[in-house]
Amino acid sequence: MTDTDPIPYVDYLDLSGEPQLVTQACTQCGAQFFGRRNACAACSATTFVEKPVQRTGHISSFTIVSGKTPYVSAIVDCAGVSVRATVINVEADADHVHLAMPVQLTTYSAGHDADGREAIGYAFEPQTTAEETSI
Amino acid sequence: MSDPIWIIGSNMTKFGKHPELDIIDLAAEASLAALADSSMAMTDIDVLAVGNLMNASASVGQQLQKQIGQTGIPVFNVANACATGATALRVAIMAIQAGQAEVGMAVGVEKLSGMGLLSGPPEAPRGDTWEPRGRVGALGPTEGHIGTDIMPGVFAQIGMEYGHTYGEVSFDLFARISEKNHAHSTLNPLAAYQKRFTLDEIKNDVMIAYPNTRPMCSGNCDGAAAMIVMSDERKQSLPSEVARRAVKIAASVLTSDPYTPGCQVLPDINTLTRNAANQAYEAAGIGPEDLDLVELHDCFATAELVHYDNLMLCEPGEAVSFFESGAPWRDGALPVNVSGGLQSKGHPIGATGIANIHEIVCHLRGEAGDRQIEGARVGLAHVIGLGSACGVHILQQAS
Repeated sequence: MTDTDPIPYVDYLDLSGEPQLVTQACTQCGAQFFGRRNACAACSATTFVEKPVQRTGHISSFTIVSGKTPYVSAIVDCAGVSVRATVINVEADADHVHLAMPVQLTTYSAGHDADGREAIGYAFEPQTTAEETSI
Repeated sequence: MSDPIWIIGSNMTKFGKHPELDIIDLAAEASLAALADSSMAMTDIDVLAVGNLMNASASVGQQLQKQIGQTGIPVFNVANACATGATALRVAIMAIQAGQAEVGMAVGVEKLSGMGLLSGPPEAPRGDTWEPRGRVGALGPTEGHIGTDIMPGVFAQIGMEYGHTYGEVSFDLFARISEKNHAHSTLNPLAAYQKRFTLDEIKNDVMIAYPNTRPMCSGNCDGAAAMIVMSDERKQSLPSEVARRAVKIAASVLTSDPYTPGCQVLPDINTLTRNAANQAYEAAGIGPEDLDLVELHDCFATAELVHYDNLMLCEPGEAVSFFESGAPWRDGALPVNVSGGLQSKGHPIGATGIANIHEIVCHLRGEAGDRQIEGARVGLAHVIGLGSACGVHILQQAS
């Protein structure tokens, strides 16, 4: 990474290839966590390996936070790994967001700093349907 | 089984707006009234535990002593999120169980009127270039960028998660849970809000975090509650008119959240509540079928639903059916939150965990006035503080 490469909004967003989320997986019990660890909350072991998170999943819970610009917060089940995320590219209302909805990882620009360096955030969006991808 | 511990004095202030009183005024009012209720004086108290969250570093217990009696006893100032009050009581009970005290006082107090959505301390200003911060190296605020951390949103997700697991939840269902508690509150003169809302009024009110509208959220308010607890041996020496009104603490349990997958992404408030309930039922030697009333932590309407299940008031997965049966209404099979719950009675955080036990005490003494659950002999009080901490107390009428 050079000083001009985009920088991830959080350190568990890996932008080195196709964007993906990465957990710290305990080498003893397999429990997965986001962010810097001291030890494992499940078994107290202290060694971890990075493990990528599946890019697709389904919404296992959500809320829509009101305000000037309402936003959808969801818990996304990505093959057994729970991810907290904002859901974008969808109307922020209960007619357009629902439990079990299939979603996929996406990224967005979180702005540029004074040096002109761009920050990239992650979010989830409704999964592109099979019909659309086949076109 | 070890000797029981008894509640011999109990009081809560009116919850609501008290602009003319500071937290020590409120704590003193509840403490002096609880002492009078037990025919005790500060000189009888061996240990004092005081719960307050917003001034956790201010030695509130010692400030209280300076207004109502500096007797030199040990003071424990405790903070444990929304379980702060229950934690204070738990400390006083543990001191008695450990043989370090015969009589203890637990006090919870908070002033929250007008504080709006509660959040942590403001973030320090950031420079004009990206600077990773915190456990996940965030370049800026996470709220809105990575879902939500606000309480109405977190607890909304907890309720919706129950729906994902078991099906059947809806905006209408959660609004009707809130309708019940607001209806109950009309009989509680100490509640901050005593307004009965129609279902439409609840659903059409300001949306805070779907599906929680404003009346489906606990109210920030001011208030205090206090309780005097006593060893079984010391209770033998009480005059009969005091002993007669004593209420037995059949179980006092405090748990934290054990690791479960995903619990650091969305707090798992279920497992620690279920653990606390299991431990409490076992300690008390009774089951949920023996309960006459329950005060549970309905910080949001979405939270009440999951705790029907967590406290085993219904079979696993049957919380919606339990509510639809009418059971938790005050004339139902197992009344829940006849005080009005946190949504109406209010939620002055430090006081909440003692106030809900006070509600049970009132019913078991037959002193709950218009809202008395007739013949109540056993009750359960539950609180949860996000982070997480869960307190469960089971109280029994003296036999």
